Amino acid sequence: MQKVDIAVVDYGMGNLRSVSKAVEHVASGKTVVVTSDAKVIHGAERVIFPGQGAMPDCMRELDSRNLHSAVIHAAENKPFFGICIGMQLLFDHSEEGDTAGLGLIKGNVKRFAHDQMFDDKGEKLKVPHMGWNQVYQLQAHPLWAGIEDATRFYHVHSYYAVPDNSAVTAGATEYPKRFTSAVARDNIFATQFHVEKSAQAGLQLLSNFVNWKP
Amino acid sequence: MGLAKRIIPCLDVTNGRVVKGVNFLELRDAGDPVEIAKRYDDQGADELTFLDITASSDNRGLILHIIEEVASQVFIPLTVGGGVREVEDVRRLLNAGADKVSINTTAVLNPKMVQDATARFGSQCIVVAIDAKKVDNQPFEWEVFTHGGRKPTGLDAVKWAEYMVSLGAGELLVTSMDRDGTKIGFNNPLNRAISNAVDVPLIASGGVGNLQHLVDGIKLGGADAVLAASIFHYGEYTVQQAKEYMQKCGIEVRL
Repeated sequence: MQKVDIAVVDYGMGNLRSVSKAVEHVASGKTVVVTSDAKVIHGAERVIFPGQGAMPDCMRELDSRNLHSAVIHAAENKPFFGICIGMQLLFDHSEEGDTAGLGLIKGNVKRFAHDQMFDDKGEKLKVPHMGWNQVYQLQAHPLWAGIEDATRFYHVHSYYAVPDNSAVTAGATEYPKRFTSAVARDNIFATQFHVEKSAQAGLQLLSNFVNWKP
Repeated sequence: MGLAKRIIPCLDVTNGRVVKGVNFLELRDAGDPVEIAKRYDDQGADELTFLDITASSDNRGLILHIIEEVASQVFIPLTVGGGVREVEDVRRLLNAGADKVSINTTAVLNPKMVQDATARFGSQCIVVAIDAKKVDNQPFEWEVFTHGGRKPTGLDAVKWAEYMVSLGAGELLVTSMDRDGTKIGFNNPLNRAISNAVDVPLIASGGVGNLQHLVDGIKLGGADAVLAASIFHYGEYTVQQAKEYMQKCGIEVRL
């Protein structure tokens, strides 16, 4: 079988083309495949786990394609990057549809609370949180290399993760309260924001991942 | 500091070219869509919107090809609209590299399609476009029009916006037909009425002639993003200049 450098997990959810195009852009000479084959995921050197839409659907599709154990195996053994729902799925549980996650990181996923969505001028903040917001780097990490603190990344989501252990929080965003927008532990890095749609900063982060040796 | 207000250049595409009209008519050629998209990305555009304004079946392949090409070179969100009739159209556009799909006439003819599309792909990628015009013959101020602004619907634009959000629309693109192409500014009362009525982000569209209009769209109209075409296409202003001006006026932007 062909040697795969980077596998983008396809479980039928989200804009995989955007993810694969961005990865191909920063990983010249490497083999990037979009796949729903557990064997390919097992054989890949590193794995990207994207996701879009609703968490219950994502979890159901993951199960129906029998990718559950391949994703857990990858997250425990090789450089692993989760994006958006691909980050939320790493947690124990989500309020969205009362859904159990993969339980790789302790914590829960919650919805932005309607009654608290006002900025400091009293203007209503919209949900979904959509657009370019600043990400504060709360711990040093090789994936932040070449990216200034408080750089803006493209977010679009109505739910956010709350880790039990704040030590896994690699980055945070304010809307209006500070929430965890990037997590890191061992060989796992995951972002709530869309690196594949965050222009130069996002490409830099993906490039750092492609070359990361945890 | 927090979420930046977005500037979205809009590319009206027909027969593989970017064009711009006045009040939805009188089209002028503005150039190659891929080149224009790259230029706006370089200038710091926050997103790009492509509207396939002829959207006949023979054109459909062309816009997919354009989106594929743009998506492999430009890494910011891309919205595509025009002639989206069924859930399968949404899937095709997303597969070509679109991040969001804008639905306009079909939302009026078949609201369930909005519901089906958001259930399948998520609210985040379904934008409902509303073309509204001020009217005197109705018990409300702004009426929804379809078919590129040709057909009145009898629908109140504000109520319609609320209904679309209740079906799952993740964002609204509101175009004032009275203002489109006129360069006299957004219809801020219309945008404010809709923005106050819904929780999802609102993109203001139609009528930008100068940079103060962008500022007014946000401060007076309550828009979360501002869309403009001709001021950027013909080189009057760059996106960068627009953002610098907005920042000077106290609006948070991504520079």
